[in-house]
Amino acid sequence: MQVPAHVEYDKAASVEHALTLLTRYAPEARILAGGHSLIPMMKLRLAQPEVLIDINGLTDLCYINLTGDQIRIGTLTRHADLLKSPLIGVHFAILHDAERVIADPIVRNWGSVGGSLCQADPSEDLSAAFAAVKGTLVIRGLEGTREVSAREFHTGPYETVVGAAEMLTEIRLPVRAGGGSAYLKVARRAGDWPVGAAGATVWLAGGVIADVGIGLAAVGATHFVAADAEEYLRGRAPTEDNLQQAGEIAAASCRPVSDQRGPADYKRHLARELTARVLRIAVARTRGGGGRGPA
Amino acid sequence: MMRLTVTVNGTEYSREVEPRLLLIHFLRDDLGLTGSHWGCDTSNCGACVVWLDETPVKSCTVLAVMAAGRRIRTVEALATGGNLDPVQRAFARCHGLQCGFCTPGMMLTARWLLDHNPNPTEAEVREAISGQICRCTGYENIVRSVLWAARNSGDQ
Repeated sequence: MQVPAHVEYDKAASVEHALTLLTRYAPEARILAGGHSLIPMMKLRLAQPEVLIDINGLTDLCYINLTGDQIRIGTLTRHADLLKSPLIGVHFAILHDAERVIADPIVRNWGSVGGSLCQADPSEDLSAAFAAVKGTLVIRGLEGTREVSAREFHTGPYETVVGAAEMLTEIRLPVRAGGGSAYLKVARRAGDWPVGAAGATVWLAGGVIADVGIGLAAVGATHFVAADAEEYLRGRAPTEDNLQQAGEIAAASCRPVSDQRGPADYKRHLARELTARVLRIAVARTRGGGGRGPA
Repeated sequence: MMRLTVTVNGTEYSREVEPRLLLIHFLRDDLGLTGSHWGCDTSNCGACVVWLDETPVKSCTVLAVMAAGRRIRTVEALATGGNLDPVQRAFARCHGLQCGFCTPGMMLTARWLLDHNPNPTEAEVREAISGQICRCTGYENIVRSVLWAARNSGDQ
């Protein structure tokens, strides 16, 4: 029987209230959103907060909207809401690709986008996807608000830059012309964490790759990013040879470890192959609007 | 301990609970509603699925106190007015269960699916139940049951 250790519990009435409670109890308090990352970790004693601050009543943190040239996603937005959002589908198909393979439909009903990012599991799909789209994360404390690149959010396995008295409140995604994106994941069974996964966003201009973001999950990529492969592609034409070469570079620069999901050399193979495949789909989507979906 | 007030199957309950108490244990041990099953404990198997307000959730991964002021629906409230829900009749008719352990969660997910998508394809049914494990049926008869319920939801 798995149950969390003894813990105190309080409901936040507002973001300010949540931050006040965090400040009072830091560093022994944790924000409780959907709980689908935190509660399993508490059962296993990988997390053992003394106080939980429940933000599920803060419905003003559940939203997806287009503000200027940014899509803004509230931290408490459920995975299911991200998956069914037409706005996300139009601008960032990569997030729909990823959400379709995150856990299962029931878990997605209650698990939150912000909670997944803050758990900071090295295999977390959305961490790689938001790195690929070059998102920005908004972190609030009582002293003020700061923005951090999704690529600088994670400081290590299960660690982020969010301070003990701060909370993630919003994810911002830049909407730029000429973009296309995709995500692919290999898992052992439905709903499982990835053996390896890759996401890409490509922005074309004048027939060349003006900018590109490549995110990798579960293969030991620093900050979930294949930076060397991005650097290689920038300014080059999206030819098959170039996309394959980017896959080679991504595979060479990540550091997968062997575990029960697979040996390191197989994960490296996945990094190579999945990087090339998501780049191909992302490029096709810049041209065709919808493009072909991941197979 | 803290006071938890929650509406389960239309009835308001108020109990003293520990904050760490999981919703599945609250339903089974505190309220005696043992229709919801306690399975894998790791949000994988889906035997513990109940509705939290209007949404199916895995109640082994929700604290009971998180349901304060909300509505819970369990398998005990699928039948209404002495009539089995079409989903329940379908599982009986199409042999949608063998041991029955996964059945309450399967039926609650099926009810939610049909409320939102009255005529699902077989693929949509399989997707809807993809977070729930059955070790007996190979899923064939469960899928058949949900599709039968979709076709026969009108007649009682």
